[in-house]
Amino acid sequence: MDLSLSDFGAIAIMQGFNGLSVFCVLLLMALGLAIIFGQMGVINMAHGEFLTVGAYTTFLVSSLTLRFLPELQPYYFFVAIVLSFLIAGALGWLAEWALISKLYHRPLDTLLATWGLSLVMQQAFRSIFGAREVSASMPDWLMGSWMPTDTIDIPLNGLFVMAVTLLLTVAIFVLLYRSRWGLQVRATVQNRVMARSVGINTKKVDRMTFALGCGVAGVAGAAFTTIGSTGPTSGSLYIVDTFLVVVFGGAASLFGTIASAFSIAQTQSMAEFFISGSMAKVLTLSAVILILMLRPQGLFSLKVRK
Amino acid sequence: MKSFFDKLAGSKQGAIGFLILAALILVVFPLTLDAFRLNMVGKYLTYAFVAVGLVLCWGYGGILSLGQGIFFGLGGYCMAMFLKLEASDPESTRIQSTPGIPDFMDWNQLTELPLFWEPFHSFGFTLLAVVAVPVLLAFIVGLAMFKRRVGDVYFSIVTQAIAAILTILIIGQQGLTGGVNGITDLRTLMGWDIRSHEAKTVLYFVGAFLLLACILIGRFILASKLGRLLMAMRDKEERVRFSGYDVASFKIFVFCVAAAFSGIGGALFTLQVGFMSPSFVGIVPSIEMVIFAAVGGRMSLLGAVYGALLVNYGKTVFSESFPELWLYFMGGLFIAVVMYFPNGLAGLYQSHGRKWLARLGRWRPKARRAEPVAARPAPSSTPEPTSPALETTP
Repeated sequence: MDLSLSDFGAIAIMQGFNGLSVFCVLLLMALGLAIIFGQMGVINMAHGEFLTVGAYTTFLVSSLTLRFLPELQPYYFFVAIVLSFLIAGALGWLAEWALISKLYHRPLDTLLATWGLSLVMQQAFRSIFGAREVSASMPDWLMGSWMPTDTIDIPLNGLFVMAVTLLLTVAIFVLLYRSRWGLQVRATVQNRVMARSVGINTKKVDRMTFALGCGVAGVAGAAFTTIGSTGPTSGSLYIVDTFLVVVFGGAASLFGTIASAFSIAQTQSMAEFFISGSMAKVLTLSAVILILMLRPQGLFSLKVRK
Repeated sequence: MKSFFDKLAGSKQGAIGFLILAALILVVFPLTLDAFRLNMVGKYLTYAFVAVGLVLCWGYGGILSLGQGIFFGLGGYCMAMFLKLEASDPESTRIQSTPGIPDFMDWNQLTELPLFWEPFHSFGFTLLAVVAVPVLLAFIVGLAMFKRRVGDVYFSIVTQAIAAILTILIIGQQGLTGGVNGITDLRTLMGWDIRSHEAKTVLYFVGAFLLLACILIGRFILASKLGRLLMAMRDKEERVRFSGYDVASFKIFVFCVAAAFSGIGGALFTLQVGFMSPSFVGIVPSIEMVIFAAVGGRMSLLGAVYGALLVNYGKTVFSESFPELWLYFMGGLFIAVVMYFPNGLAGLYQSHGRKWLARLGRWRPKARRAEPVAARPAPSSTPEPTSPALETTP
């Protein structure tokens, strides 16, 4: 191959951008999961399905706008994001109330129960929306790409997903570290018994956290519709990677989640440049497992009293 | 020697339960089912191996492996490789560009047999590998995880990730493994046609006897001191560690036993069904195997067999008549078992069935002889009346 330095630079930038896109996808999924796992030790196997809820909501909003208010089509996306958050959050609230809250002392069993929930939700999607994949119509301002030079070509929808990821991450940080509710969450994570004894309603905090985590997944799903189509099982595609991100980052540490999503995504996309996609994935997952053996508590771990 | 047999039988009730199961799968099914259905039950029974292993490592050891499909698949693939090599002798593959290698290798432009396929020409090696390969992997994973005290949910996720890795690997390396289609078109075992009804019936009985043997091995383990330690570890791991026991070694051991059972089940599956594919290895089949054990009762070796039979039977019935309802049913089953019947069918029998049987015994004087059996205290292979949950962090 005859590559000039600038070509090589362009490839590196595009591959890096690729990695950033994967990073955003992983982080969007992992954020909600990490909050829930960090606070309650619950592994939510149905997390991917809450994401799918968001994606289908966006699809519905987009088709409704197209049919009834076509002139507002460029702006529907903002309504869709809010609705996705609310619907997925409400469903999460319901799931916590009906299912998870009964199983807090049995973490392994929540894993199985939420798996059951995910099966039911997947089949519900199939019954309602059909087995075929659907995609929301994109507003014009999300089409096309940004080309700073001749060789570098960065798609706008990728940039949009990045912006959503950034905003969401910042919002969660503000919520967790600058709000009264965030204070209660952090107290519950660090010492549940003590938090309860100073008057924090930890049950209520749990329910809100679960709903918030699911709502975040809904927003992630809305953002996903800009880069891919939605099917009944699209949420579950990433679920194992996401769990590894959360576990690798260390429970109860948002920084850890970000760092691990970043390193996993970049390793994956860099490796993809040299070997086939499937082998790159095998390599990345194996590396994560190996590192987990050396550091079972994850990259960053918070001192927590259980 | 008497104590050895006592350990195998458990108690009088345990022995009766075992005999009922043995009679069911050795006499009742073969007499009442036609060859097609019997073969299907035989397929379900191969899953029961996995479920029995899960009872040991999840129900008693508290280790929830979401990757039993790995070991089931490895055992199955070992057997499939042997059968495939036998099916691809130079005579029947002479139209290939390289005769004598499996057809999928020829399609993928391989010109010679990969080195790791070579030993699978030998049947003895294959039989060994069916158990040894899964055990070896389980040993490595267990050693790496448990020695570093990776437990609980973390372990489950790691096993799930390994199942994902193995599936991607098998599908990606099409030339070496047959890819997404798996290893198909298996015909004979040492010259014996395994596709005929007679062969399938013989294989059914082989599977049934091996399953019963596995249950006895499981009972023996649970009745020994090791079984007590497993339960103690599940309930309060730290306390067992502080008492001076090497917790990790016991966990590795029981995980390896479960892997060995799964491997045997996988090999029998390949023989019964006539092919092996990555769809029995990945995340979804692995977690389905957990539900077999959960439905039957995570604390009951016999219950696991019934669980595997019932859930798979339900799956067959549903996917034949209402395919769209099957996932609802399966999902509902996961939720219901976890929330309302954490000890599964065996737990239901313990809490309701026995009382009901006892009442039946009182009501009909002729059946009185059955009463003392029904009223006996729980034997070792049945659930503890208290603490159905796997206690971890309070």
